[in-house]
Amino acid sequence: MAMSLAFHIVFAALGIGMPLLMALAEGMYLRTGRPVYLELAKRWAKGTAILFAVGAVSGTVLSFELGLLWPEFMAQAGAIIGIPFSLEGFAFFTEAIFLGVYLYGWDRISPRAHWVSGVVVAVSGVASGIFVVMTNAWMNAPTGFKLVAGKFSDIDPVAAMLNPASFHEVLHMTLAALVATGFMVAAVHAFYLLSDRDNVFHRSALGIALALACISIPLQLISGDLSAQATSRLQPAKLAAMEAHYRTETEAPLLIGGLPNDAAKKTEYALSIPGGLSFLAHHDFDAKVTGLEEFPRDQWPDVRIVHASFDIMVGAGMAMFAVAVWAGCLWWRHRRLPDHKWLLRALVTAGPLGFVAIETGWMVTEIGRQPWIIYGVMRTVDAVTPMRGLIVPFSVFTVLYIFLAIIVVFLLRRQFIETTLPKRKNPEEVADA
Amino acid sequence: MLELVVGIFIVLSLVLYALMGGADFGGGMWDLLAYGQRAGKQRKIIADAIGPIWEANHVWVILVIVLLFTGFPRAFAAMMISLHIPIAIMLVGIVLRGSAFVFRKYDSKDDAVQRRWSTVFGVASFFTPFFQGVTLGALTTGRIRVIDGVVKTGFFAGWLTPFALACGVFALVLFAFLAAVYLTNDTKGEPSLREDFRKRAIVSGLILGPVALVVFLASKDGAPEMYRGLTQWWSPVLLVWTSVCAVVALMALYLRRYALSRIAAVAQVSLILIGWSAAQYPNLITPDVTITNAAAPAITLRLLIMALGLGAIVLLPSLIYLFTIFKRDKRG
Repeated sequence: MAMSLAFHIVFAALGIGMPLLMALAEGMYLRTGRPVYLELAKRWAKGTAILFAVGAVSGTVLSFELGLLWPEFMAQAGAIIGIPFSLEGFAFFTEAIFLGVYLYGWDRISPRAHWVSGVVVAVSGVASGIFVVMTNAWMNAPTGFKLVAGKFSDIDPVAAMLNPASFHEVLHMTLAALVATGFMVAAVHAFYLLSDRDNVFHRSALGIALALACISIPLQLISGDLSAQATSRLQPAKLAAMEAHYRTETEAPLLIGGLPNDAAKKTEYALSIPGGLSFLAHHDFDAKVTGLEEFPRDQWPDVRIVHASFDIMVGAGMAMFAVAVWAGCLWWRHRRLPDHKWLLRALVTAGPLGFVAIETGWMVTEIGRQPWIIYGVMRTVDAVTPMRGLIVPFSVFTVLYIFLAIIVVFLLRRQFIETTLPKRKNPEEVADA
Repeated sequence: MLELVVGIFIVLSLVLYALMGGADFGGGMWDLLAYGQRAGKQRKIIADAIGPIWEANHVWVILVIVLLFTGFPRAFAAMMISLHIPIAIMLVGIVLRGSAFVFRKYDSKDDAVQRRWSTVFGVASFFTPFFQGVTLGALTTGRIRVIDGVVKTGFFAGWLTPFALACGVFALVLFAFLAAVYLTNDTKGEPSLREDFRKRAIVSGLILGPVALVVFLASKDGAPEMYRGLTQWWSPVLLVWTSVCAVVALMALYLRRYALSRIAAVAQVSLILIGWSAAQYPNLITPDVTITNAAAPAITLRLLIMALGLGAIVLLPSLIYLFTIFKRDKRG
C-alpha cells in the first residue's frame, strides 16, 4: 500500500500540475496567437495523457487496496470517509471526460471550447486532490463521530471532511503539486536550453513553468508554517518526532540533522538553533514545546525516519526557494527570460527536488502518525488484513510499478526529443521574447 | 429504503460499466484476435473507437467500489478479504490494459514495438473481465461465510467453483460480443471491415447461448440461492426478454441492421445484469451479508445519495457531450 501510494502520489501531483500548464499554454496561444504556444500545449497534453492514464490505473488499484490491505479500517471508517471519496470519484470522472475531449478534440470543437475543456481538466484535477487529502487529514485529526465501545456512532461525514487538519493539509499538498510540477518541467526545458539556447519552443516552455514554480514556492513556505503550527496543536507527538525533540522545554532549540537516540532521549550531533523550535511551533521564542517524553513509549513513531524525512523535505523546499529567488532577481533586472547558464544548471538540478519533498513530506505525515492509522482511535496493526503471504501481491505490484515508471520516463523523453517545430527563433520573436 | 437506493445506484453503475468499460475490454480482445489482411485496419478502428472514451468508461468501476465502501463498508471489507486473490489479479489486468494501450499510442510506430504493446493490451483485456466475472460469481455461491463481520472461509472459497469460473467465461464472451456489435456500428464507411466485425459478433453471440446455459445449470449446485432467485415468478419474464433481445441482436446482425443490433445488445446486457442483481437481492455476499445488515448509517447513505445527485448533474451532460463529439459525423 505504502509503495502504491508513493508511486501514485507522483502521478497525482503531476496530474494536478500538468493540466494547469497545458491550459496556461493554450490560453497564451489564444491571447497571443503565436503557434509556439499551441505546439507547447499539444506537447504538454501528450505528457498529461501518459501520466493521467498511469495515474488513473494506479488510483484504481489504490481504491481496491484500501480494502485489500486495510479491511478493518474500511469497515469502520468507510461510512465516514466514503463521502469525500465519492466526491473525488466524481471530480476524477469529470477530469477523465474532459481530458478525452481535450486530447482527441483538437479539430472537432471550437478553440475556445477546447481551451475551456482544458481548464475543466485542471480544475477537477485540483478538486480531486483536495478530496483525497481531506481523507488523509481525517486520519490525522479524526472528527465527526463518537466512539462507543470501540465502534463509531453518531457519525457526521461533513464534520469529518472539515476536520481541523483539512485546511492546512489540502493547501500544503496542492501547492506541493504545483511546485513539484513547475520545477520538474522547468528542469526538463532548462536541460534542452543548455545545449540550444535560442530554441523558441523550450524558451516559452521554461517561461511558463518557471512562473508557476516561482509563484508557488514562497506560498508553500507560508503554508508549511501553518502546517507546523497546526501539527503542534493537533499531533504534538508527530511534531516532536519531526523535530527529534524528546524533552518538554521552554525556549526549545531547533535541531537540524543529527542522530535521534530513543534510549537516551536525546538527539546527538545535531545543529542546534536556540529557541528556534518554540518560534516555529508557536511564533514565540520562549514558548513551551511538548517533547516525546510526555507520550507512552509505545506511541512514539520512528523518530529517526520522521526527523530525517522532515529535514530533507524542508531542505529541498529551501533549496527550491533559493533557486526561485535567483531566477526572480535575474528576471527583475533584465526583464526577460532568465537564461543564465548557471541558473539553467541549477534548475536542472532542482528538478527532482519537488518530488523529493513530496515523498519525504508524505513519509513525515504517515510515519509520524504511527502507531495509529486513525490518530488516537485505531492502531495500524488492528486494521491490517488477515491475509497471509502478503509478500506475493506486494512484490508483484512493486515490479509492475517499477516497470511502469521506467516506461513512462522513456516515453516522456521521446515526446521531448521529437521537438520538430522551429528550432531557431525568427528575428521578431527575439525582440519580444 | 435508503440502502436500496444506493444498491440500485450500484447496479446502475455496474450496468454502465459493462456497457462501456466492458465493451472496451472486448475491443482489446478483438485487437489480440485480429487476423487476415485487414488486421492492421481492425486494430486501428478499435483504437480510434476506444481511445477518447476508455478512461471515462473505466471510472464506472471506481464508482462501484466507492459506492460499495461508502454505502456498505462491512460488505466491502468482507469481499476484499475473501476475494483478495481474484481481485488482485484483476487489478494487475486493469493496470496492464490501460497503460499498454496508452504506451502503444505514444511509443515508437515501429511494428515490433507496437505489436508488443498490442499483445500486453490484448492479453490483459482477456483476463481482466474473466476475473471480474469470477468475482461477481463467487459472491453468489454461498460458499463465502461471514459471521459477526469476520470472514470464516479463507481466501479460496467460492471463486474456484465451476459456477464462478463459468461466470468468468460468460463475462468474457459477453464483452467480446458487445464490442463486436459496437464496432459494426463504428465502421460505417468501410464495408469490408464491417463484415469482419459482423462475423465476429455473430460467432461470439452464438457462443454466448451455450455458455449462458452452462452458467444456469452450474448455478443449481454452485449457487443454489441464485438458482432459486432465477426460478421465481418474475424470472421467466426477464429470461424471456433477455432471450428475445439476444435473438433480435443476432437477427439484426444477420440482416445487417446494425443500429438495431446495437440497441438489442445493450438491452440484453442490461437485462442480464439487472436479472442477476434481482436474483441476488437482498444479498451482497450470499448468504450472510445483505444490503440491510451491511449498510452504513442513514446519514452517510443520505449524503451519498445527495452526492450522487450532484454528481449526476455535472456528469451526465459532460458524458453526453463527450459521446456526441466523438460518435457523430465520422462514425455513427
